Amino acid sequence: MATLNVNGKLLDYQADADTPLLWVLREQLGLTGTKYGCGIAVCGSCTVHIDGVPTRSCARPASSVKLGEKIVTIEGLTKDGSHPIQKAWVALDVPQCGFCQSGMIMAAAALVKAKPDPTDKEIDDAMTNICRCGTYNRVRAGIKFAVQEMANAKTGKGQKVVNALNIEHVAGSKA
Amino acid sequence: MNATNFSRRRFIQGGAAAAGSLVVGFHVPFANSATATSASLPEINAWVVVQANDTIVIRIARSEMGQGTLTGLAQLVAEELECDWVKVTTEYPTPGQSLERKRVWGNFATSGSQGIRGSQDYVRKGGAEARMMLLQAAADEWKVPVAECSVAKGVISHAGSTRKTSYGKVAAAAAKLTPPTDIKLKDPKDWKLVGKRLARLDTVDKTTGKQIYGMDLALPGMLNAAVKACPVFGGKLKSVDDTAALQRPGVKKVLRVGDNAVAVVADTWWRAKTALDAVKIEWDEGVNASASSAAFADVIKAGLDAKDAVIGNKQGDALGAIGTAARKIEAVYSYPHQNHACMETMNATVKWTPEKCEVWVATQNGESAHAAAADAAGLPPSKVEVYKMLLGGGFGRRGSPDYVRQAVLIAKQMPGTPIKMMWSREEDMAQGRYHPVTQCKLTAGLDDKGEITGLHMRIAGQSIIAGMRPEALRDGKDPVVFQGLNDGGTESALGYTFAHLLVDHAMRNPHVPPGFWRGVNTNQNAIYLECFIDEIAHATKQDPLALRRKLMAKHPKHLAVLDAVAKHVEWHKPPPKGVFRGLAQMMGYGSYVAACAEVSVSNEGALKIHRIVAATDCGHVVNPQQVEAQVEGSFVYGLGAALFQECTVKDGRIEQTNFHQYPSLLLADMPKVETLIVPSGGFWGGVGEPTIAVGAPAVLNAIFAATGKRIRELPLTKHSLKA
Repeated sequence: MATLNVNGKLLDYQADADTPLLWVLREQLGLTGTKYGCGIAVCGSCTVHIDGVPTRSCARPASSVKLGEKIVTIEGLTKDGSHPIQKAWVALDVPQCGFCQSGMIMAAAALVKAKPDPTDKEIDDAMTNICRCGTYNRVRAGIKFAVQEMANAKTGKGQKVVNALNIEHVAGSKA
Repeated sequence: MNATNFSRRRFIQGGAAAAGSLVVGFHVPFANSATATSASLPEINAWVVVQANDTIVIRIARSEMGQGTLTGLAQLVAEELECDWVKVTTEYPTPGQSLERKRVWGNFATSGSQGIRGSQDYVRKGGAEARMMLLQAAADEWKVPVAECSVAKGVISHAGSTRKTSYGKVAAAAAKLTPPTDIKLKDPKDWKLVGKRLARLDTVDKTTGKQIYGMDLALPGMLNAAVKACPVFGGKLKSVDDTAALQRPGVKKVLRVGDNAVAVVADTWWRAKTALDAVKIEWDEGVNASASSAAFADVIKAGLDAKDAVIGNKQGDALGAIGTAARKIEAVYSYPHQNHACMETMNATVKWTPEKCEVWVATQNGESAHAAAADAAGLPPSKVEVYKMLLGGGFGRRGSPDYVRQAVLIAKQMPGTPIKMMWSREEDMAQGRYHPVTQCKLTAGLDDKGEITGLHMRIAGQSIIAGMRPEALRDGKDPVVFQGLNDGGTESALGYTFAHLLVDHAMRNPHVPPGFWRGVNTNQNAIYLECFIDEIAHATKQDPLALRRKLMAKHPKHLAVLDAVAKHVEWHKPPPKGVFRGLAQMMGYGSYVAACAEVSVSNEGALKIHRIVAATDCGHVVNPQQVEAQVEGSFVYGLGAALFQECTVKDGRIEQTNFHQYPSLLLADMPKVETLIVPSGGFWGGVGEPTIAVGAPAVLNAIFAATGKRIRELPLTKHSLKA
């Protein structure tokens, strides 16, 4: 039996020593929001935060993660989907199939924390996740939308960020 | 919902709760009876259920794989139903229910960009019929003529009084009425929901990790299977030594799957996968053991001049016109094998007993998955049910039920135990249904003024239909080969007029299984034709837009999208310094598309795609913001393929094993995309696929403008653009 600090909780798991963190999250802890895409740390679908650093969990043995290291998965980013990146993703309908988006959101959340006003080049460099549906331009727009929301929240002026895609969210609807 | 269903639902959710995170979405169907969606009664008709609390459940038969069809179809039904959009939710009927109700929901297949255009008529009628029945029920209750009743957002009013009621209140009575026969659909000018930039219905759960894909399913008592099929297509299993694998932790069984694959079943997938690596497998690789891409290329190349070609489009006497032409231009192009590479690898979960086979699967075609499952299960279709899961990408790959069959063959060997079979990325790369490989020799005859007198397009190479549905060949002809090059029609007509034209195909099929790969044959046909038109323009010193416009005079819809693009980019003005433009146009899937790419190429050969302007005429538009998403996505899929992607064959098997050898377009590579939606109305075209075709030729033509290098062999990584 071993223990990981995941989403603010100490969780016990049982797995062979070579088991990647991804599979402990998915199969032992039931956190299936983190996805398997390649298993070789190329596609980024499995991105989680370890002490705030975006990490590809498919290539990191769970046994190498120390108890002092704090893991955050998409399920633990917020309780209610209220992270500015998550809200921006909803506002701009970023996901298509959505399979890569947990990893995208975790990479983007780490980016805007490290760089509250990232340049396009910094977005390019940080967002190396593969999306086969082709959501990249909305991912970029989503990051900029979130950055603006975060800046507005700081000034406390509460302006509404313009939805550049003019997507209509009907009040009260599921969407 | 009956008791069995209830316990089943609780069971799954219970397991999930214990696991900590699984939250079951509305689109995960659990009904295990083919008859019952009793939870969502009363059903007004097959498409519409209205619950007493005014919730509107709209049934969606096509699959959602990211393309937005689920939201678009709901918009179409809700438009005619005149319900409150806020109250709309959706559910998938199952293929078993479809079988029992004689295909009341029509075709489940989600391919060929058919999701909206192939269902729009009957789903709108379903919405209109339900509205008429609900109004009639209110009129009956009030004992007034139905003509005096009207509805807005699901609230019914009586013109002659102040009486009001809601859909939810009259639903039970409406459900008992005989459906009307005379159903009139709205005039498009009266649409209120259709044409709006509405947010998708399925976004929120995709941002929180709650969305359950096929790969995420957990059932009580479930085991996991990893599988490896013979990497040489057509090869068989010879021997299996499972001694080492069976000693590994968590391993339950090592199984033969059909005659060509081995599966390891274990408590977790990771253990199954690592144990599978420890199984010693000997293959009988068969006659294809030494096949290679280079050898196919030679066979296909010989087809470029062979006599056995079948004709796809013939006008006049092209060979004669070319033979007597003052000048001749000739070029040979080629397009490689490519894997769909859906982000979610193929998987299916199956529980088999002698009485019943249940399948949970992300599929583009619930019905073909159902048929394949029944066949593999050895059970009559009535004893098989398929529950569709959300797809982590489809792109055509999930229209083939090969992986469903495999999962059933595994589960059948462990009766009563649910087995989740999942492919590794390596298996997914090795067992694709690949974009067909072709070459094309284009020959144009020119007169002394440089005008085209005749054009011959000889396509040689692989036929998808021959590989997947040989029964659909017509006298040896695969009509799909000629996508975008046909003489007229409403699906994929050539947009040019040539006095003398011959488009023919010499079929040459390698052993690599082909598949419908988003965009299908329009992809390479557009590259062949649109780059060659550019070659002619250059050789005859004509402006590429002007030459196209001249050839397109009799094709006003094709021309209109090209003109829209040219106007938007201000083609008549030079681009910024160092930036070069390329054009392309095509018709596919009933829609007209065109694009202009703006690129620069550094002295070191680095390509930068700055901007693509793309126009689409899909007739009617259901949700413009989702059309834009599809157009942008099409460039990612198509340009990634043209720039980077090739599956090569050596020793009979695919060489590329994962994304490090099969790169995708990344965010940093992504150009700005400006989408012009120019619907001319009066028809329904598809959106998910047509634009794929124009991305690559527009970029390749821009690369030529920038460098003078004509790329005729893809992907681009085979060439240096260095000055």
